[in-house]
Amino acid sequence: MIALLLRDLRLAVRAGGGFGLGLAFFLIVVVLVPFGVGPETGLLGRIAPGILWLGALLACLLSLDRIFALDWEDGSLDLLATSPLPMEGIVSLKALAHWLTTGVPLVLASPLFGLLLSLPAQGYAPMILSLLIGTPALSVIGTFGAALTVGLKRGGLLLSLLVLPLYVPTLIFGAEMARRGAEGLAVQVPMLMLAGISLGVIALLPLASAAVLRVNLR
Amino acid sequence: MNLNALWEYANPLKFMRTTERVLPYFAVASFVCLVAGLVWGFFFTPEDYRQGSTVKIFYLHVPSAMMAINVWVMMLITSLVWIVRRHHVSALAARAAAPIGAVMTLIALLTGAIWGQPMWGTWWAWDPRLTSFLVLFLFYLGYMALWAAIENDDTAADLTSVLCLVGSVFALLSRYAVNFWNQGLHQGASLSLDKKENVADVFWYPALVCIAGFVLLFITLVIIRTNTEIRARRMRALLARERLG
Repeated sequence: MIALLLRDLRLAVRAGGGFGLGLAFFLIVVVLVPFGVGPETGLLGRIAPGILWLGALLACLLSLDRIFALDWEDGSLDLLATSPLPMEGIVSLKALAHWLTTGVPLVLASPLFGLLLSLPAQGYAPMILSLLIGTPALSVIGTFGAALTVGLKRGGLLLSLLVLPLYVPTLIFGAEMARRGAEGLAVQVPMLMLAGISLGVIALLPLASAAVLRVNLR
Repeated sequence: MNLNALWEYANPLKFMRTTERVLPYFAVASFVCLVAGLVWGFFFTPEDYRQGSTVKIFYLHVPSAMMAINVWVMMLITSLVWIVRRHHVSALAARAAAPIGAVMTLIALLTGAIWGQPMWGTWWAWDPRLTSFLVLFLFYLGYMALWAAIENDDTAADLTSVLCLVGSVFALLSRYAVNFWNQGLHQGASLSLDKKENVADVFWYPALVCIAGFVLLFITLVIIRTNTEIRARRMRALLARERLG
């Protein structure tokens, strides 16, 4: 299992694109927002939590179709399926690898982007915490979408259509927590809801992803 | 009743024979209910003292909104039947129901907008109930797109069933999430379902007839679409056999 995780991480780093691309995309989104809405500090600060969450979500979405696509093309997914590792384990590891290569860098980079969007000072800690709690859910839900569309030729667009509605609750609670933090309100309730979604999704969705992947490999 | 006898209708032939016998009755009944309910509602009910004649869109809006949710529930049940018992008719019925549900959601959204304009002074507000219907509409779109994208029928049925299951959980979750999300800037007015207890009987009876009409219309359409789907699939099988032959 560790070997598979390390292999995925190594592939992500060496293949290029996968690792830095999400971050670069996040940066682009954040840079484009002031051009779109104007550079007023007050306005930017107010919408910064939402923009950061949206940017993280889109950056995450961008790298989803890579989760299974490469392994599917060169046949290593079939090999993995016949290995003694249960399919649920493979799916969870893939989601973990995706989170480590996409979610964690986004969390680490978010203070810098918060600075660019003039996020109020008290908003940083809730912002980072909300992303840290919420991005695993994004990865796990995305893995489900990627498993659904793995056999399709042009699955990318379909993948976004399928996954985005599933992202709605996570986005709502994540952005709510960040917004409340930025306004100096109590963040406990949305934080607990967000954590509940993340944990529930991590516990249950790999079962669905594995079932779907088995169908696709049939 | 012997429950096992019910499963016999999973046989496509038996399903088609039975449904085609009852189809005319459902069609006529839905037509009668819809015409009666709408005419009664539009022309023979008093105008609301506050909302005037705009309240009459209620007779389209409420039934379609109810169906939008109920169709998804029906798809969930038929998907579960497919996963557990693998009856093809069940999967096909779910497939046949999805576009109807999407249209019902769209009707509910549009009539809601048309009603909301004079009442709230806005076509659209990010109100929890409105937003969750929009998300439901997106779920329908994704579901239909996945059906359309996969060539192998059985694979498509399997994948969409799982999507329907997962989607149901998330649709429910979104429903409560948007409630939470909008607590801060809540719209004063809320949609008619909440006001049911306030609706006078004069308005309520024609609405009930309309709801019955919509349910019957949905059953009629699902039967027609499922039978078409069975025939199309049978034709494809025949063509494939001919090509091999």
